[in-house]
Parts: sequence; C-alpha cells; structure tokens
Amino acid sequence: MTATTSRATEREAAEVRRPGFFRRLWDRWPVKLAVLIIVIAWLIPTIGLLVSSFREPNLVSTTGWWTANIFDSAEWTLANYEDVLTSEGFGNAFLNSIAVAVPATVIPITIAAFAAYAFSWMEFRGRQIMFVVVVGLLVVPLQMALIPILKLYSQGAMIGGVTVFPDLDLNGTYMAVWLAHTGFGLPLATYLLRNYIGQLPASTIESAQIDGADHFTIFRKLIVPLSVPALASFAIFQFLWVWNDFLVALVFLGGTRDVRVLTQALAELNGTRGEAWHLLTSGAFLTMVLPLTVFFALQRYFVRGLTAGSVKG
Amino acid sequence: MADDDPGRGTVTKERVDSDELGAGGTAGVAILRIIAAFAVPIISFVVLWLTFEFLRDAEANRLVLALVAIVVGVAGVFALYWGMDLVVNLLPARFRESVRPFVFVGPALVILTVFLVYPAVNTTVISFMDAQSQEFTGLDNYKFVFTDEGMLRSIRNTVGWIIVVPLFSVGIGLVFATLVDRLRRGEALAKSMIFLPMAISFVGASIVWRFIYSFRPEGFGEQIGLLNGIWMGLGGNPVAWLSEEPWNNLFLMVIMIWLQTGFAMVILSAAIKAVPDDILEAARIDGATEIQIFWRVIIPSIMSSIVVVTTTMVISVLKIFDIVWVMTNGQFGTEVIAERMVRWFFRNDHNGRGAAIAVILFLAIVPVMWVNVRRFRAEEAMR
Repeated sequence: MTATTSRATEREAAEVRRPGFFRRLWDRWPVKLAVLIIVIAWLIPTIGLLVSSFREPNLVSTTGWWTANIFDSAEWTLANYEDVLTSEGFGNAFLNSIAVAVPATVIPITIAAFAAYAFSWMEFRGRQIMFVVVVGLLVVPLQMALIPILKLYSQGAMIGGVTVFPDLDLNGTYMAVWLAHTGFGLPLATYLLRNYIGQLPASTIESAQIDGADHFTIFRKLIVPLSVPALASFAIFQFLWVWNDFLVALVFLGGTRDVRVLTQALAELNGTRGEAWHLLTSGAFLTMVLPLTVFFALQRYFVRGLTAGSVKG
Repeated sequence: MADDDPGRGTVTKERVDSDELGAGGTAGVAILRIIAAFAVPIISFVVLWLTFEFLRDAEANRLVLALVAIVVGVAGVFALYWGMDLVVNLLPARFRESVRPFVFVGPALVILTVFLVYPAVNTTVISFMDAQSQEFTGLDNYKFVFTDEGMLRSIRNTVGWIIVVPLFSVGIGLVFATLVDRLRRGEALAKSMIFLPMAISFVGASIVWRFIYSFRPEGFGEQIGLLNGIWMGLGGNPVAWLSEEPWNNLFLMVIMIWLQTGFAMVILSAAIKAVPDDILEAARIDGATEIQIFWRVIIPSIMSSIVVVTTTMVISVLKIFDIVWVMTNGQFGTEVIAERMVRWFFRNDHNGRGAAIAVILFLAIVPVMWVNVRRFRAEEAMR
C-alpha cells in the first residue's frame, strides 16, 4: 500500500519535474560544454588508435581513421592482432611482461612491508636514522643507478680482492629486472607503508603481544590484513610502473625476443616498421589492455596508488 | 628452504631453557646482528639462484616459465623471512629480540645499499673517468656536458619541458577540476576519462601520438594523421610536425601533458573539495563573482597542493626519456637530458659522459624534491 502510493507520488513528482529537467540540462551549459570538449579532446587519441587497430591494413595506410564506416564489415578485421601477437612476437612479450611485472611488484612490497613494520613497531638502535636514510634515497633518480648496476650484473664487484657481489651474468634475465625494480621501488614503498602501518592503533598490537604473539605472527596475522588498502594501492602503482617501464627493461633485459617485454617489443616495432600502422596501433593497444582493465576494475585503488606513488624516482 | 625445518621450533624451546645468560652481551649482539644481516642476502641468493638457473636454461613453454617466475618471486621472498625468523628463534633468548629487527629491515637495507647507495656513489666516481672507466680524466665529462652542442640543446629543451608541461597540465587540470566540481552528475565519469591516460605507458602514448602527427608528403597519398587531416581541412599544406624545429619539442610536450593532466586534476580536485563551503558561501553573500571566488578564495586555499603537484611533475619531466627516444630518437633538435644520458652510456658506450649527465640530473632533482618533501611534511603536520 505504502509502496504504491510512494511510487505514484514519485511519478507525479517526475511529471512535475519534467520541464525542469531540460532546463537543468540547459542550466550551466557553458560548464558542461567546456567539460565535454576537454573530455573528447582527451579521448580522441585513444579512440583513433583503437579504431585503426581493427581496420584492414590497406585502409589504415591509405585513409584517415575518421573516415571509417562502422557498418561496412569489409573494413574491419582481427588480423592485425593475430599478426602482431604471433609473427611480431607480442604474445611472447605479453607473457614476459607478466613474468617481469608480478614478482617485481610483490618482492618490493613484501620487503618494504617487513621493513615498515620494524620501523613502526620494533625497538632498535638507529631506527630513526635508518628510516630517514631510506626516505632520503627517494631523491636518487634511477639514471644514477643504471651504469653501476649493469657493471655489477656483468662483472660482479670486488673490494680489496674480496668478492662482495659475485659475477652472476644476470644481464638479460628476469631476475636482473626484478632486483633492479625492487631497489628502485623500495624507498617509496617503505615510506608509504610505514606511514600507514605506523598509524594502526597501538592498542591492537600491544594486546596481541600480551597474548604472546611474536613479531612475525603479529605481522602476518594482524598487520598484513589491516594494511590491505595501502598494500593494494601501492601494488597497483608498482605493477603499472613496471608494466609500463621501458628504460629498466631496455638496459637490463636486452632486446632478444625470448625475454623482451611489451614496451620493448612496441618500441622495436616502431623502429623497424614505423609505417606499418595497422601493426603499431594493435600492438600499442595490446600493451594497454591490462593497465586499462586494472584502471576500470580497481579505479579507487588505482587513483590512490598513482597519486601516492607519483614521486617515484 | 633449508631453514624451514618445522622440527626446530621445539628444539629451540629446550635450548632456551637451558641457556646460560653469559657475559659479553653487547659484543655478542653486535656479532649476531652482523651475521643476521649477512645471512639474509646469502640465503636469498641460494634459493633464488636455483630457480634462476632454471629460468635461464629451460627452453620450456613461456607460460610455464612465467608461472614459475611468479611463484618463486612471490612465495620465495615470504619464505625467506619466515626462515630467517626461525633462525632467530634458535638464538639465545637474550639476543633474540635485539637481532630480530634486523631480520625485518635487513633485506631492505641490503638491497638499498646494493641498488641505490653504492650505484649513486659509483656513478659519481665514474663521472670523473673516461669512457671505459679506466682512468681519471678530471672534469672533462662535465666540460663536455656544458659545451657539447647536443648537450646544450638538451639542457635548453629540458628547461622548456619543465616550464611548459607543468604549466599546461596544472592549468588544464585546475580548470577541469573546478568545472567538473559544478556538475551535478557525471563528475566521476568525466574525471576518469581525463585520468585514463595515466594507465598508458610512455611508449604506448608515443605510438598514439606519432599516429596523430603522422605525415605524408604531398602527392604520396591521403594524410592518415589526424593533425594533418585537420590542418588540411583548414586549408593548410601537410606538415612534418616532428621534424619542424623548434616546434616539434612542443608537439612532444603535448604527449606528456596529455598523460599527466589527470594526475594534477585528481589531486587538485580533492583539494578543491576540501575548501570549506561556508567560506565560499560567505564570499558569495559578500557579492563576489564566481571568477573572483576562483582567484581570491579557491586558488589561495589550494596553493600547497598546487606546489606539490607542480614539483612532482617537474621531477617526472626531468626524467623524461621514453617519449623522445620513441618519437624522434633525439633527432631534429629534440634532445633532453635523460635521453642524452641513455644515449651516451648505452648507445655510445661512454660511461663517463653518461654518468656525468646522471649526476647533473640528480643535482637538478635534489632542490625540487626538497621543496616537495617540506611541503608534504608541513601538510602532514597540519592534519
């Protein structure tokens, strides 16, 4: 009974509102128009890429994508993706990107979370100074680290005849990239996670200690579950950073088809077949598929992660 | 993992009970700390080494390889900490809790030392040496940085990037955030469309824009680049945008602006929403126009956010590399500092020059970061 009346009044209200609806649409039209223009301007580059990646190769290279006819099925094809995935090796590169990006995300986060816990909740000498030094390393751009690490990987390091870092011949391996990304990502990860873990209520941790839990148990059973939002945000940031990285992969992974990641594959295709736009557009879109999926699926964490992580060196 | 023997836990307890708390504690603690600090990388290396050998040699299916890499990279690290924690439990009771923190921070410190501290020092040293880092050559490399034509152009261009990109990104981001704040509906959607390019790699974005700038000389067929399409629609002749000095630099900057505006917009939008409504109301009651409110109320109240966004962006622009590398390969007068660094060190095999450029880059970043951190801390303190 009440439901029907409320629905009736709602409908009535809607009818009364109707003329107002158009007025509201018209209301502030300059604002709406300006927003619309900016949004369209921002989307057009990606749309052009997407449209071209599905067009017939000869059409892509002879006519502008804006002339495409959506309803003419003869203009459209999936062959570009097939070519790029198989003969241009993007399928392999996709797997390599995953094999590089997942560990290069999880390793630094794990290491940073342990360190952040120690910096927040364990007592030891030099704690403050160590933390300040770790954060201070945010200033070091990764360009500062490229040459020595490359030498370290290919020659090892000796101090006074003692091998401190063995010659592992790491260049061109996943491990080389994982370790490098771990090093470059750690200062920011430690800093952000310490900020978060340090703010967790002390009473919770103390009561767990009174119950006899040791640090490792507290970390695993209390800290990690409580820090999921911070961990997720940073994980997304770091994952995308590694996924989209070109420089670190270029320097440490080498260009062989076995190991190269998507960004390398795309840059190489750009260098060798710079006018094969049907391949370049579909290849470029392939590199974006995963980040865009993450973006749409986990937008809240994504935004938080990227804004928190944007100082990265 | 050798240390994961579950039987050891019980052994530990017995041993602890019978443990004599002897003298010489501090020295013992120091030694144990050192051992703990070194045990970490050694154990980690053994474990990761084994898998790593597999990953390198196996001609296995890429999918299997990728899966193994992931499992080891993920589970291996956690197991490492667990094993080390168990090792610490074996220690005499009085040392245990003073060593344990180093199990937690040790790996981080070791990795930071190897991958950031040592390289930073080493790069500085290398910057005073020759191409192969064999002999010291004094300030030669720095002299090169400030005299070479390409280098000077790259410095000039980078300064241009630093001015133009933050200016437009922050400007457009601010305007958009203000506009979108007035929408009753669709705000989230509109914002996410601007933010979306943040998900795209620099290389991917470069392809997107190289397509837009694509150029065919007259008589070589229709223009497929959007910009030339529009340009000719307006009655112009086709232009090779990317080799048109010095404007090509601007066209490259547009890519960065496209990528970064979303970041500025999100931060500034949050700041705008934090401006108290009663202040805005008070201003309106006093008869201020919306434009006056924007300049006199909103801008001053979000100034610290604007500074943080700008400095953050300056830092990422200083390090811009991929866009230039992919778009023009540093030709046509589009060099930038970070691109020169990779060029000299990686392509031209001159470690000394590459290192010197890296040091210059570092020196340029420090003051900007300083401003950023101080602002950030001031903001944290206010909360």
